[in-house]
Amino acid sequence: MAEDSVKLLGNWVSPYSLKVKWALKLKGIQYQYVEEDLQNKSPMLLQYNPVYKKIPVLVHDDKPLAESLIILEYIDEVWKQNPLLPIDPYERAKARFWAKFVDDKCVPALMAAFSKKGEEQERAVKEAHENLKILESGLEGKRFFGGETIGFVDIAAGWIGCSVQMTGEIIGINLIDAETMPLLHSWFQDFLEIPLIKECLPPQDKLLEYIKELHTKILTAAST
Amino acid sequence: MASSAVVTANQLIIMAELKLFRTWSSRFSLRVVWALDLKGIQYDTIFEDLSNKSSLLLQYNPVYKKVPVLVHNGKPLLESLVILEYIDETWKQTPLLPEDPSERAMARFWAKFGDDKVLPSIWNVFIKQGKDQEEAIVTAQENLGCVERQLTGKKFFNGETIGLVDLAFGWLANLLSVFEEVCGVTLIDLEKFPLLLEWIQNFADAPIIKESWPPRDKLITKYQALHEVYTSKEAPK
Repeated sequence: MAEDSVKLLGNWVSPYSLKVKWALKLKGIQYQYVEEDLQNKSPMLLQYNPVYKKIPVLVHDDKPLAESLIILEYIDEVWKQNPLLPIDPYERAKARFWAKFVDDKCVPALMAAFSKKGEEQERAVKEAHENLKILESGLEGKRFFGGETIGFVDIAAGWIGCSVQMTGEIIGINLIDAETMPLLHSWFQDFLEIPLIKECLPPQDKLLEYIKELHTKILTAAST
Repeated sequence: MASSAVVTANQLIIMAELKLFRTWSSRFSLRVVWALDLKGIQYDTIFEDLSNKSSLLLQYNPVYKKVPVLVHNGKPLLESLVILEYIDETWKQTPLLPEDPSERAMARFWAKFGDDKVLPSIWNVFIKQGKDQEEAIVTAQENLGCVERQLTGKKFFNGETIGLVDLAFGWLANLLSVFEEVCGVTLIDLEKFPLLLEWIQNFADAPIIKESWPPRDKLITKYQALHEVYTSKEAPK
């Protein structure tokens, strides 16, 4: 496919555009990347995603698609190599369930653990921990959610591993530790070792600075 | 499962059964009822009392402990839109999703928009009062405006026939008017939402769909009670 027929509007810190980058890389799809300034959204983004005005947006043959998991399913249906979802309908349903669980349950709890203080933070950390334990059960003892190789859920959930490690340094709480979550912990380690996964990550020192600043801003805003 | 290699006939029957755990009013369970009925699939229904959940439900859905749960050959499926896609992939007659990948992506987008934005914004109108409710109405109507535009030139969201997005928005065809009646607010009028009103009419009266509507008077009673709980918590602003 010619590069100019596939365009990804994203942002370097966004885990949602990272998911799409991973999927495109896994399938070897050439694309044009457009970095969006989220404080100053381009007319192109607003035209392509008028409903949410958010990234990521994948544009394929001039047709825009939004919402990262929906984009992942589209990519999987159009480009059949290195499939993300399994063939069996029940396994596909399980994969969709876990990907949705990450977005609906894990992400809000992690964000709360990151942005709250005191008792509220303690509650959020407890909830995040419980949800991550539940996510761990989705591995069903496998190396990756996709089995021996990564698939839909790995790409949907993988960034959590990176995020938890980084925010753990900032808030001083390790949410995925080898003792209480051995399987999830080794999943995340193995996931990050994969070359194509590593290659798409934003520069980690730059990201850490960004997240530290964000943390300070959030806590300052909360106390005023 | 028996540890011996012999599977009894009863066990085979149980495994081959399709069971739907639902409640009488659950809008999410209704989607699954419609999907199965539209495809002519036989199944057993287990009605749950959510104030007293059965041990089977808790066993099948330990994560969320909610309905609907569809159990097929002993394997549980959760989350209504995930269940709908499973049904569509397993039974190919009367497809719910189009074949073209970009149309499928759009269908998934609008179904998700319905659950993530439309439903919560309408619920906010239902539970709030005074100025908060006025603001909630603006947001709800903006979201409904997006939905209205999707019906341009189409009888159903799926085109000439009912599809996944229609089932996902199905609750608009019965619950919206219940909410409007209970809280005394008209959210969709003929002037601003002619296509949506027409869709509601077509969907509500469609064969198969119309056979499963929960009784309206029972819904009014239920939501009146809920409305009182929410509005007694806060004084109007």
